[in-house]
Amino acid sequence: MSDITLDAKVPAGPLEDKWDLHRFEMRLVAPNNKRKFEIIVVGTGLAGASAAATLGELGYNVKAFFFHDSPRRAHSIAAQGGINAAKNYKNDGDSVYRLFYDTIKGGDYRSREANTYRLAQVSVEIIDQCTAQGVPFAREYGGHLDNRSFGGAQVSRTFYARGQTGQQLLLGAYQALERQVHLGAVKQYNRTEMLDLVVKDGRAVGIVVRDLLTGEITSHSAHAVVLATGGYGNVFYLSTNAKASNATAAWRAHRRGALFANPCYTQIHPTCIPASDEFQSKLVLMSESLRNDGRVWVPQEFGDERAPNQIPASERDYFLERRYPAFGNLVPRDVASRAIKREVDAGRGVGPLKNGVYLDFADAIDRLGEQTIRERYGNLFQMYERITAEDPYQVPMRIYPAVHYTMGGLWVDYNLMSNVPGLYVIGEANFADQGANRLGASALMQGLADGYFILPYTIGDYLAGLLNTPVVPVDDPVFAEAEASVAERVRSLLAVKGHHSVDHFHRELGRIMWDNCGMARSEETLKKALAEIPELREEFHRDVRVLGDDQSLNQSLEKAGRVSDFLELAELVCLDALQREESCGGHFRVEHQTEEGEALRDDEHFAFVGAWEFEGVGERPTLHKEPLEFEFVHLAQRSYK
Amino acid sequence: MRVHLRVWRQASTESPGSFEDYDLDDVSPDMSFLEMFDTLNERLVAEGREPVAFDHDCREGICGSCGMMINGQAHGPERGTATCQLHMRKFDDGAHITVEPWRSTAFPVIKDLSVDRGAFDRIIQAGGYITAPTGSAPEANLTLVPKPVADAAMDAAACIGCGACVAACPNGAAHLFTSAKIAHLNLLPQGQPERFERVTAMVDEMERWFGSCTMHGECEVACPKEISIDFIAMMNREYIKARFKNRKLAAQVT
Repeated sequence: MSDITLDAKVPAGPLEDKWDLHRFEMRLVAPNNKRKFEIIVVGTGLAGASAAATLGELGYNVKAFFFHDSPRRAHSIAAQGGINAAKNYKNDGDSVYRLFYDTIKGGDYRSREANTYRLAQVSVEIIDQCTAQGVPFAREYGGHLDNRSFGGAQVSRTFYARGQTGQQLLLGAYQALERQVHLGAVKQYNRTEMLDLVVKDGRAVGIVVRDLLTGEITSHSAHAVVLATGGYGNVFYLSTNAKASNATAAWRAHRRGALFANPCYTQIHPTCIPASDEFQSKLVLMSESLRNDGRVWVPQEFGDERAPNQIPASERDYFLERRYPAFGNLVPRDVASRAIKREVDAGRGVGPLKNGVYLDFADAIDRLGEQTIRERYGNLFQMYERITAEDPYQVPMRIYPAVHYTMGGLWVDYNLMSNVPGLYVIGEANFADQGANRLGASALMQGLADGYFILPYTIGDYLAGLLNTPVVPVDDPVFAEAEASVAERVRSLLAVKGHHSVDHFHRELGRIMWDNCGMARSEETLKKALAEIPELREEFHRDVRVLGDDQSLNQSLEKAGRVSDFLELAELVCLDALQREESCGGHFRVEHQTEEGEALRDDEHFAFVGAWEFEGVGERPTLHKEPLEFEFVHLAQRSYK
Repeated sequence: MRVHLRVWRQASTESPGSFEDYDLDDVSPDMSFLEMFDTLNERLVAEGREPVAFDHDCREGICGSCGMMINGQAHGPERGTATCQLHMRKFDDGAHITVEPWRSTAFPVIKDLSVDRGAFDRIIQAGGYITAPTGSAPEANLTLVPKPVADAAMDAAACIGCGACVAACPNGAAHLFTSAKIAHLNLLPQGQPERFERVTAMVDEMERWFGSCTMHGECEVACPKEISIDFIAMMNREYIKARFKNRKLAAQVT
């Protein structure tokens, strides 16, 4: 255990002036000096692409690494619903303060006030920036930008591009990045995976990567390393994440000293298509925006076998509207997910496997006409029909919660720098802004806020102190050591030659995590998981079968490395869940709930960020606490009634 | 259900490839096409044979990673559907299914069904963007965009860059991909300053890698996002206009 004090470096001053004052106080790098600095960006989703493009534009030398064939494939592309911004275009009482307040309340008071406020401030600029880039946001007939509402808010502040908002925002950032590649400011390395962080004298000085096509392992040095590598939802195997989304870059940085904060804060999204069979390879999300017009219900009668349209309104239970009249179907995700689980657990589930609830558009179609619904959600309805072979214009959708987003991640200070100087973490990969539960349409906001408007300023403050300091050469022993350890891992995965495929172990891990550390957790289930995970990890290293070689494209080998890291991370998620003896947001401990079954926080003992220090595989990590102080917001039991 | 698969196997870009046959007996109609391939790969691993390499990621039809030539059709028989969203219920029990990678000189095979689509990135790098330096943007509602214009731009912007249009084209042309990006940006008021330079640069880059368009229309049929071939006509018009307008010489009388 090392001597770490977590200094969040939150600037002094009134909430609304902190970011302004801080921007003034930070050191700058003069334009003619920027070209003397090398920056590595890992991951090119919304956060990484926007950061790499902006840093290149500022004049830094940027190298961008990603394992996809093109930056446009990153999983940000799959975000459907929208992006929040406090523009108040609808004149419905929105403001920066209200967006801040909704976000911090939505996060169940487990995020840092100053970070969340800054996020709300910057949200306004993001919409301007993206519009200028040509993001085709939905428009009103008069040509103004349109908005819709999302969960956890009583105003309409969500900007959207049909059901493909993430795609359009990512393409905007990708295009800005490709422009910088064309200009020579950014060099991009596709199909290249970061497999280690290199630290020298306590600072991040570079990374080790593996070329996925040739297997070549190389080192790259820089003055600063930015991780924008997304979340770890695939630790549950079945999730809405893309198949290749993984935690390896973040986990390798953790093993090199970066603290991992709040890993137990995992978001289960309420509206996904229920699993249909054991071959299911991933779960598909249906955008939260559907809850604007769709009504969630189950039959009142247990085991009601009638077709949904045969069940009269009086025999349906619109349980979200009943339990939460003020927010109705638009309660936050964690609240909706638990309410749905309660109905299904009680035996009122619908569908062939009784594992879903209805999301019904019949009333909206009556009120607005099918054409309007088609314009709003056409592509989502089409996607649903492809997967289930049911037409949601005729019969209600069936939905059930699924793992979607991870609020936890590498610990960062107000400047988005981890506890390892020179290592920055942005987007979903860090832990900072979303607390214990993320509101819909906030992930895109955070990714772009970090990449376009926060990191490009804060990184300059660090680099200014390194002016005329050369990068550590890649022939330095620290790089050689890291390269050797990466090569050894690759060799050892291929050497096992066991009996079971990588997917076999991943599915098994997912089952342990979902059953014991999913929507409801208890001391008993978590201890069970903590006993099973190390056994599975040992079995993996004893019995995994990875065929092929390490000198050409080998997708099993790629997966094996990622699953091996998930098998370590999973234990940390459960440990953190066990340590947090309260319920908050996406973390629900059955021992801690109100009489109505809502999450019961314990602010006296748990208003802190739990940041874990790696002590070795299978060794108990050390917990460091950053107290959360609320100067401006009054802590209250969340109510959406 | 049962299916008989013929799958293209190729160890590397340089090595020659060939078809291999596999019979699967336990396919569920609710499986997606890629889940059927997962099952095949599980079996191959169990038998000690290398699994089939194929690109895929989001499995919800938006990332554009996946792409297989299925019985000679890019992304298979279902209109407006990427391979990952194609379900086995669309095939008959006992079906014979031939699966190949995208075939195009501009998309070299990396391994088995995985190809290199880097040429698409190079077309975007040539001009597929609006220059809008971070921080320089005006208030978003300052420039109004008529709804039909925004809608048309969005129709074009829906392209996922999968490459099915190229694979389906008898000429290996990338006109649908390129024109979709040009239309998206050239339709919007924000895209006007670079309008003509954009179309010239992108088309010239496209022609370095891809074939010519002779309006077969195969691309539109194969496109999983059903992007209209009308955008190709628009691109051609824009290109001709751009060739007539040399704005650097705008003040000269010719």
